[in-house]
Amino acid sequence: MAWTREEMAQRAARELKNGFYVNLGIGIPTLVANFIPQGMKVTLQSENGMLGMGPFPYEDAVDPDLINAGKQTITELPQSSYFSSADSFAMIRGGHINLSILGGMQVSEGGDLANWMVPGKMIKGMGGAMDLVAGVQRVVVVMEHTEKSGESKFKPQCTLPLTGQGVVDLLITDLAVFEIDRAGGGVRLVELAKGTTLDEVQKKTEARYQVALAKA
Amino acid sequence: MDSKVYPDAASALAGTLSDGMTVMSGGFGLCGIPEKLIVALRDSGVRNLTVIGNNVGCDEHGMWLVLANGQIKKVLASYVGENKILEQLYMKGEIEIEFNPQGTLAERIRAGGAGIPAFYTRTGVGTAVAEGKEVRQFNGKNYVMETGLTADVSLVKAWKADTEGNLVYRKTARNFNPMIATAGRLTVAEVEVLVEPGQIDPDQIHTPGIYVDRIVVGKNYEKHIERLTTRPRAAAGVKS
Repeated sequence: MAWTREEMAQRAARELKNGFYVNLGIGIPTLVANFIPQGMKVTLQSENGMLGMGPFPYEDAVDPDLINAGKQTITELPQSSYFSSADSFAMIRGGHINLSILGGMQVSEGGDLANWMVPGKMIKGMGGAMDLVAGVQRVVVVMEHTEKSGESKFKPQCTLPLTGQGVVDLLITDLAVFEIDRAGGGVRLVELAKGTTLDEVQKKTEARYQVALAKA
Repeated sequence: MDSKVYPDAASALAGTLSDGMTVMSGGFGLCGIPEKLIVALRDSGVRNLTVIGNNVGCDEHGMWLVLANGQIKKVLASYVGENKILEQLYMKGEIEIEFNPQGTLAERIRAGGAGIPAFYTRTGVGTAVAEGKEVRQFNGKNYVMETGLTADVSLVKAWKADTEGNLVYRKTARNFNPMIATAGRLTVAEVEVLVEPGQIDPDQIHTPGIYVDRIVVGKNYEKHIERLTTRPRAAAGVKS
């Protein structure tokens, strides 16, 4: 037993705080928008130049001039604003975005993230990922705990080319939640997914960590 | 002075193109791309282009047309997915791709247009992007030096222009267009609506006309949508 994609997104949504400006990556992170608690004000930033992303449009209200960073058609809200890519990344690089939730291929115990290329495969590019991890105040990575082969994706060092060095604050996998000290102070296992045991996490994790589960 | 307004995309590019030149083109994915000027660029037959933009079109659309016609030798972009021909050319070693983080690319273009030769950014520190570049410490943190970018010709898409070249963009079709407009030695803007000076509130102009040398009005926009996503009328939204 482990968390599903939706449950991982639900867990990531617990990192949201009232008033936050948040950038959500493609994949599981996009699902986090479905779990924003009622009554909490969260403004979603889309790095192609929008603050205040609205829901998908009705079929008869689709506008090709209004898309999110995943190229999906979206809508605006009364509080929305539009701006250039330079302004968008000024927000990101300048530390004005409170939280970024993004996917990963590998995370290291020092908070390094690899999520943009696999040597030998076609490189599609890093898009805005390197800017997001370098500039956003708090970075949460959501990813499967292991490769299909069973190999741990949470490692002492990433073996894939990095997206950022010492940039991840929190890692949420389908098995557990880890707090990472970017400054090199180590990793704390703070939560287990439903039906997951410490033993299973230990067997499937190459990175070193201290167990620091909250008392039930 | 002669009018900045040209009758069609081909005449708007006439005399501006030469083999081996650098062209910047606005847009994010296919949103806000100068689709008429791209077709005219393809039809011009100009070759060995270096193309700078966030993407290089996607299968059958946008800058893909110029790529598929064998006119591009080098690309500077942040993301090139959904583009099979680019993948094939790259795997065969027939095209050079320089990947830039999206924010670094936007800022390099902004800097180029603003006369700033280089700047330092946190983005890419400790990654392949920083290889071969100066890394310098400010306030105890490392930053990578990135250089400004300019182009021989910039192609941009705006929603509305007046005949002075003052531009207004629409929604997320703005994206890279405002910076690219500033970074071309010659900038051509294609627009959907052209009005007389005074018909755009000066306070609402996004790109002042000084950056725009030529203007063309496009018709019958394709505005291809890459990922059509909708919600049913009855259901609640996916986002607050």
